[in-house]
Amino acid sequence: MLRQTPLNAKHREANAKLVDFSGWEMPIHYGSQIEEHHVVRSDAGMFDVSHMLPVDIKGEGARAFLRKLLANNVDKLQTTGKALYSCMLHEGGGVVDDLIVYFMTETWFRMVVNAGCAEKDIAWMETQRNQLAPDLQIIPCRDLAMIAIQGPKAAEKFWQALPGSEGPTHLMKPFTAIVIGTMFVARTGYTGEDGFEIMLPARAAPYMWQAMLEAGVKPIGLGARDTLRLEAGMNLFGQDMDETKTPLESGLAWTVDLKSERDFIGKDALLRLPRDKQLVGLVLVDRGVLRGHQKVFTALGEGEVTSGSFSPTLNVGIALARVPVGVNVGDTVEVAIRDKKLKARVVKYPFVRNGKALV
Amino acid sequence: MSIPAELKYTKSHEWARLEADGSVSIGITDHAQELLGDMVFVENPVLGRQLTAGEECAVVESVKAASDVYAPIAGEVVATNEELEASPDLLNKDPYGAWMFKVEPADAGDLDGLMDAAAYQAHVDSEAH
Repeated sequence: MLRQTPLNAKHREANAKLVDFSGWEMPIHYGSQIEEHHVVRSDAGMFDVSHMLPVDIKGEGARAFLRKLLANNVDKLQTTGKALYSCMLHEGGGVVDDLIVYFMTETWFRMVVNAGCAEKDIAWMETQRNQLAPDLQIIPCRDLAMIAIQGPKAAEKFWQALPGSEGPTHLMKPFTAIVIGTMFVARTGYTGEDGFEIMLPARAAPYMWQAMLEAGVKPIGLGARDTLRLEAGMNLFGQDMDETKTPLESGLAWTVDLKSERDFIGKDALLRLPRDKQLVGLVLVDRGVLRGHQKVFTALGEGEVTSGSFSPTLNVGIALARVPVGVNVGDTVEVAIRDKKLKARVVKYPFVRNGKALV
Repeated sequence: MSIPAELKYTKSHEWARLEADGSVSIGITDHAQELLGDMVFVENPVLGRQLTAGEECAVVESVKAASDVYAPIAGEVVATNEELEASPDLLNKDPYGAWMFKVEPADAGDLDGLMDAAAYQAHVDSEAH
């Protein structure tokens, strides 16, 4: 039996094609994935991301606990509402999950974790908590729904849908959050566009969704969410990294703080393990589509596509690929697609940001 | 979902149409394009290739996945639809107008071995359960 979000009926009303996504019945598209993609790049679209789980860390010593738990440094969070992207590692340096953590007060941090990892994450956090900070509370917020509204017109349409929301949110900087009544509103997303991610009580979610529909915000499925995040050069757990890969070989060195004295779970392994692989962007020169697990042949040895698709914005095949260190931006590599080897160019990603092509 | 009565069909969701010149046009069904979603790439067989019935001979890729296209009947590839190179989305918009390739059948009688519209409808219904 698949789990359903509070917006399931709204998806059915809109004729969504529903699929099993990490045990949840979620919309993959509402007709055309490519049209939905363009809507987010040029206007405003909304995603039901209620399958993702907010987890509150509450109590004295929350910061000290997260300093140890997360590979990025929560000490970067000094103003209320500030958000940080981080990996949570195991002792071997592999990625348990990637997440966003929000600092609200010294006794309240909120994390948002991946749907497919939620149970495992909570078990892992509880184990660490029991050793490091037994009095700390780890509270999964399963009664919250989450809607992401994204696109150049997202803010304007959100304000139109929710009268009174402009005042408290119009000055919000990217990667910050505020609490408005029962809503937790963050200026974050997974598309490379401006917008908000809104956590709100499950029973309020269908009303919010309807208000945004009426403001002209189009529902967008998880299919377009994947091509949007890939163009934006954002990693997907389970494809671009997992428990067998470190952040350093997954293009996430920028999220790992190895310089400060701070000790965190997995740090020893990161310092010890050889760094012979890196994540790069690929743009297919020949016609075709890049897909996960295709083999990549470089002058320095083989690699593998971790996430690949067709970019609706660029109209070419693009990918993230794990290749040997030493392969450089500008190099030409070959990708095995069925019985052929097709040429691809190594590029610096993101591929697209704020509606503009960068490669 | 549309299944024109005048065409022949395969279990792997290709359609075949006998043209006035004796060649057979081949494409993918409305049901197939709906399952696959937005098409972004088509790879057709090369002209002159001799196909055997049931052989993998072309590929269509949607944003979601790549899918093989099988030759409904044996014969020589005598034309490919070059329009699909620039506009693979024609397979979504007009699945029975957007033929992929044409074969000169080894034996025109082979078409009789394919499913008619009613049989194909039953096949699609059976796959839905």
